[in-house]
Amino acid sequence: MTVAILLYPGTWSERDFAHAFSLLGIEHEIVWHADADLRRFDAAVIPGGFSYGDHLRAGAIAKLSPATRELQRAAAEGMPILGSCNGFQILCEAGLLPGALVRNTHLEFRCDWVRMRVESEDTPFTAGLGGEILRMPIAHGEGNWVADPETLARVESAGQVVVRYVDERGAATPEANPNGSTANIAGIRNEAGNVLGLMPHPERCVEDLLGGTDGRKMLAGLGATESARLLRI
Amino acid sequence: MAQFVATIRVRPKAEVRDPQGESVAGALRALGFEVADVRTGKEIVVRFSASDEGAARDAARTMGDQLLANPVIEDYEVSLGGPAGTPAR
Repeated sequence: MTVAILLYPGTWSERDFAHAFSLLGIEHEIVWHADADLRRFDAAVIPGGFSYGDHLRAGAIAKLSPATRELQRAAAEGMPILGSCNGFQILCEAGLLPGALVRNTHLEFRCDWVRMRVESEDTPFTAGLGGEILRMPIAHGEGNWVADPETLARVESAGQVVVRYVDERGAATPEANPNGSTANIAGIRNEAGNVLGLMPHPERCVEDLLGGTDGRKMLAGLGATESARLLRI
Repeated sequence: MAQFVATIRVRPKAEVRDPQGESVAGALRALGFEVADVRTGKEIVVRFSASDEGAARDAARTMGDQLLANPVIEDYEVSLGGPAGTPAR
């Protein structure tokens, strides 16, 4: 298992992901977006940051990268793909995930810790985590996921809501929602389940020194994918 | 090829909340205006060349569809000026 960590101009979390995968013993490589040939990789991560300065809209210019075509091909072939924060915004702009991310309703940039409940195990990143409440950091100004009513209904009924902001008791209250996101949605998957986008940062909670380790559970899923593949052989 | 100026106005769809507009509305009320609501957007002005007005209009729509607006959350309209020196239509 080797994970491609995509680097766009303005990406800022690629080293955090590299550090997290090092701790987990998962092979990885930081790859410049324009050179991205994902065929030699087993999974891909789009880290957070401000690709192209968030000019026009978050992720709008990054979606024009040659990496988008590669991601579309790899996603169609079932490659596990994770987008966090700006990576989630890029996946939505590129049409790999439904909906869009707009300005937080309170207009503030939020740098904080949140709790979210895992509502779908049908991704390589959440297998075995169903119902768990994970605590992770966020750092964003545009994390408010929106979609038209038909798309929202489809995403909910198909179980594509993977993580939802909740309080410590597991209730999806307005107070637990850090950005006004529709139905407290923190992250969604594609229909097939191999592509996950979420606003929180699993790579920033992988050791006690960072204040939490729940990110390990999500990222270790890539190692588990490899184990499953080896077992099948 | 002739020079054209396309003005593309992008705004959030009616059903999408516009927190920036709400904030501006609050500020205008603080100034004493009886404001019902405010919607914000952005105006993008593109100078470019095209073979004729039809091609210029097509190009401006393609710019809007492929990059300047996100159809999930935004609507846009194009007004085209030029060839250079003639008024916008």
